[in-house]
Amino acid sequence: MKYAPTLFGVAVLIAWEAAVRIAQVPSYLVPGPLAIVAAFLADPSGLLASLASTLLVTFAALFVAASLGVVLAVAIASSRLLAAAIQPWAVVLQVTPIVAIAPLIIVWVGNPFAALVVCATIVAFFPVFANTAAGLASAPAELVDLFRLYGAGRIATLRLLRLPAALPYFLAGLRISGGLALVGAVVAEFVAGSGGFASGLAYRILEAGYRLQIPRMFAALVLLSLAGIAINFGLGAFAAMVIRRRGDG
Amino acid sequence: MLHLGSVGRRFGSVEALRDVSLDIGNGDFVALLGPSGCGKSTLLRLIAGLDQPDTGSVMWDKGHQPTQGEIGFVFQDATLLPWASAADNVFLPLRLRGMSRDQAMQLVHEALARVGLHGFAQSLPRQLSGGMRMRVSIARAVVTRPRLLLMDEPFAALDEFTRHKLQEDLLALWHELGCTIVFVTHSIYEAAFLARRIVLMTPRPGRIDHEIASPLRPGAAARFDPAYAALVAQVTHEMQRALAA
Repeated sequence: MKYAPTLFGVAVLIAWEAAVRIAQVPSYLVPGPLAIVAAFLADPSGLLASLASTLLVTFAALFVAASLGVVLAVAIASSRLLAAAIQPWAVVLQVTPIVAIAPLIIVWVGNPFAALVVCATIVAFFPVFANTAAGLASAPAELVDLFRLYGAGRIATLRLLRLPAALPYFLAGLRISGGLALVGAVVAEFVAGSGGFASGLAYRILEAGYRLQIPRMFAALVLLSLAGIAINFGLGAFAAMVIRRRGDG
Repeated sequence: MLHLGSVGRRFGSVEALRDVSLDIGNGDFVALLGPSGCGKSTLLRLIAGLDQPDTGSVMWDKGHQPTQGEIGFVFQDATLLPWASAADNVFLPLRLRGMSRDQAMQLVHEALARVGLHGFAQSLPRQLSGGMRMRVSIARAVVTRPRLLLMDEPFAALDEFTRHKLQEDLLALWHELGCTIVFVTHSIYEAAFLARRIVLMTPRPGRIDHEIASPLRPGAAARFDPAYAALVAQVTHEMQRALAA
């Protein structure tokens, strides 16, 4: 059971390679797995450098999204007026297709790296914000009463009750936002094209596509998937570790 | 210590309490007994100052306003911070009053020992049983040495045997601390066993029907006292009459 996903994956890869060879599909249409690996091995440092560039944008965006998300979640948790003022705009931000506004952002922001980070941040912002807001509101009413009974002010209640109660929610949101930050970075790179940062994996995919280096395109795609999986698992493990260390997991 | 004068409270169209008057004296053990929805918990929140009456008043002796820590509150759930150890949970009220951990730890350990949790200071809530969690909750309520301890059906979710033990320990604690306790319950047995004064409440709108003074000597032995059985019968009878009226 434990090895089922691996075995299935290997079987699919073998079938894929066999199908490509037997049907003699040219590699500019569908390259086999071996051709993809070969394309990666032909220029590993170039592709890995592009991966690093995309990951830099991803993590910068995730950091900004998480910081902004927490600050705004605390703001709406502490004031009804701020909640009424901010919440609708957060939703607007969430439903705006990044592809549609990325060109504008790239023009406005000027600095290509900053522009990519802004785009990825917009995509990654909402889950961490909404989750943290839900977490801040999740403190049981009795505990809130208890804090009131002992004369705790807003700050003390936030620090000793609401923020710790929100931590698991924040970490769950962070995990979702991590995946979205990568998606956002890639989309922004695509839109920016050669006018952008011109070094990320998405740009490599575009470039390889133009040059009909389809195996290299696939290799870049595989790296992106692996990066996404690693971010998801990494943030999941991070969340589990933080909660376990705190003791209430 | 405390006087409730014609207290009324409504939530929208629901009249939770109507014309409730009650005197609570120093050292009293009062049980507020009634079925769900008779406003017992609302009354407790009004006494705690967590809510304000629409009509009537909650007056403390000589206009004295209770300060932080003079009132302890125990809820139906233990309502502990799940990420904090038993000691840190008990430390919370002192911490909110600005006491440092070093200053507080002696009091915290005393309070834990008082509820029989010596040696469990570092345990997390999830490592404790339901009864032990409730003991931590009680320790948290008494760590400030409150004059008034308010308890809202604290043992309702526990099994019978654990409940008996906690009831007996609560009586011992009441003796030891000499504080006043107002205890909300919907169990006739619990009210009869614990309280010196049993206040019968009826729902819709929540009102005090009348009050019965307990003839029992408080303590574990009371359970086997024929007077206990008689008291339970009396309270049951009068509660049925009150609810039928």
